Amino acid sequence: MSKKKIVDVVNRSLRKRYIKEAVFKFFGHFSMALGLLFLAVLFFTIVSKGYSALFATEIKLDIEFNKSFFSNGSSVNNKTIKNADYRKMINLALHRALPGVQGKKEKRELHSIVSDNAEYTLRDLVLENPSLISQTKEIWLLADDEVDMLNKGLTKKTSKESDRKITNNQIGWAETLQNVGRLDKNFNSTFFTSGDSREPEQAGILAASVGSLLALIITLFLSFPIGAATAIYLEEFAPKNSKLIDLIEVNINNLAAVPSIIFGLLGLAIFINFFGMPRSVPAVGGLVLTLMTLPTIVITSRAALKSVPPSIKEAALGVGASHMQSIVHHILPLALPGMLTGTIIGMARALGESAPLLMIGMVAFIVDVPKGFFEPSAALPVQIFLWADSPERAFLEKTSAATMILLVFLILMNLMAVILRKRFEKRW
Amino acid sequence: MSKLTQQKEKFQKQAPRQDVHLEMEIGDTIGEYKVANPRMTTRNVNAFYGKKQAILNVSLDIAKNEVISMIGPSGCGKSTFIRCLNRMNDTIETCRIEGEIKLDGVDIYESSYDVVPLRAQVGMVFQKPNPFPKSIYDNVAYGPKLHGLATDKTDLDEIVHTSLERAGLLSEVKDRFEEPGTSLSGGQQQRLCIARTIAVNPEVILMDEPCSALDPIATAKIEDLIEQLRQNFSICIVTHSMQQAARVSQRTAYFHLGYLVEVGETSTIFTNPKHKLTEEYITGRFG
Repeated sequence: MSKKKIVDVVNRSLRKRYIKEAVFKFFGHFSMALGLLFLAVLFFTIVSKGYSALFATEIKLDIEFNKSFFSNGSSVNNKTIKNADYRKMINLALHRALPGVQGKKEKRELHSIVSDNAEYTLRDLVLENPSLISQTKEIWLLADDEVDMLNKGLTKKTSKESDRKITNNQIGWAETLQNVGRLDKNFNSTFFTSGDSREPEQAGILAASVGSLLALIITLFLSFPIGAATAIYLEEFAPKNSKLIDLIEVNINNLAAVPSIIFGLLGLAIFINFFGMPRSVPAVGGLVLTLMTLPTIVITSRAALKSVPPSIKEAALGVGASHMQSIVHHILPLALPGMLTGTIIGMARALGESAPLLMIGMVAFIVDVPKGFFEPSAALPVQIFLWADSPERAFLEKTSAATMILLVFLILMNLMAVILRKRFEKRW
Repeated sequence: MSKLTQQKEKFQKQAPRQDVHLEMEIGDTIGEYKVANPRMTTRNVNAFYGKKQAILNVSLDIAKNEVISMIGPSGCGKSTFIRCLNRMNDTIETCRIEGEIKLDGVDIYESSYDVVPLRAQVGMVFQKPNPFPKSIYDNVAYGPKLHGLATDKTDLDEIVHTSLERAGLLSEVKDRFEEPGTSLSGGQQQRLCIARTIAVNPEVILMDEPCSALDPIATAKIEDLIEQLRQNFSICIVTHSMQQAARVSQRTAYFHLGYLVEVGETSTIFTNPKHKLTEEYITGRFG
């Protein structure tokens, strides 16, 4: 074939090749755009629903800490402060702010626009600073969640009274208070400093976050050493043609694909029923998540170990390092970034996991922030599940806000994985 | 002679290895494989990768203070052979060695023999430069530190300096000991690897095509180095360059398809080879 002809053949096929390339590129861009779009939709819906939970409606009341509330005739002490009728102080302040409310029903409606928990806020205030007694002070108190929803525009004023929990009277009062500057949205610190509650305005994420953190600490300190050691053994020491090792390898790979709820069942059967460990505690949660994370860590660690060039090991052996020394001095430092990345990704998965925790009772309604590994607690994803299940309108924004918090943690962890990999990666 | 013709025909037909090794006596080496003052002796060494046999019945001595070069076409087992000498083949799961290999009269394949001191005595330089991804200093200091050869920091500095000096690298790196060894050029990396090997002060140095990735200038430097190292060490070098073998070695061994075909004084092998295969290989008719 002459030279000219070959060029013609090549030219003829060129168009086809370029079309194929363009089609491939288009599909690549298209799928990427689609992925980004879904991600954007996810973030937009969650953030748009959840950001309002970062603010809470509060009502400013002039509370009169009349001495008569605190002393039973004689002296004022901690006990009388604890037992004082704060509800009454709030109600009196409400009547002063909104005079002219008559009738038993109306009074009850009026009293309920301030959160039930406001009295505890006052109690803590006075316990901390007893000099408040006999004074009158302006204090911002949490409004009831229905007032909160109204103020945020999530409950429609125009809807029929029977369709909403908040009454026409209450709407009127809320508007009056707002007009005189006694009702406003402030930063919702309660959400970050308290545990779960039946009252949406009092519910917070702290207890669940701490529970998740405690469980993850257990998971990290168990799964990384065990997973890394397993990977090193399988990769470096295990006989290559042993049936037993093959069986173990196949099973590790299978375990990575086992649904997480099965690990929950396993944890329930072994840790709680057999070993008699308590229910709903982060320690057991951590153990279950360890079981779930281990296969992932073993697999990624093995891949990281495999990626270290054998020439490095040969070099170490060549100058007389023992097998273990060649691993500890050379292979492990080079594989560590990959192993850590795998671990963090495994941990991120564990953080977002709720099914196994349901099985071991971390779904219980727990108000207190856990103080140790063996105190009952909730976990972030389970908290989201619980709130999503609650009927109150106000829990919707809490659910989204908790999801935001969880996403922030997940993004931080993945970011850490990327940074670690970039930071410790060595070239050879 | 008819035996040799048969053998040659067999090689030319690229006979399956299994068939060849059934008639092992045809691999009998031409030339004197024994020496008067051996550092290492090997007798009837067979190496297998799984079922495949890589070297057949090789017997060869390595003398003190000599450079012996291994030549032969690709896949002839010369690398496998020198890797047997410091038990580097132990790292390959399927590899099996038979026969007797002695270092200073002690069988290194005996079950009670410890490979760590063996590898301290029989160092190795690999085909591809493989410095550790650590500083230049740490690369050289690793071996002495490992074996506790240095008593203190100044001692260690001394060892690192002399090793780099002997490897001809000191002048090029003396201002940048803390830079990673991987930042050096290919030739410098290879000399760094040699420095790392001689820092342990081994008795025998095995070099597996140390210059295959280097330019002529770097190659010349390494060849000078080999000549100097001969004063203290025995050196076993695998090479594809006949000129290199002729330049650096006192003795040459020619391998073919797992057999040690011929061994002798380098000058004899290159000027007056006895075996037809050797002659054809060194005259460049195949290989």
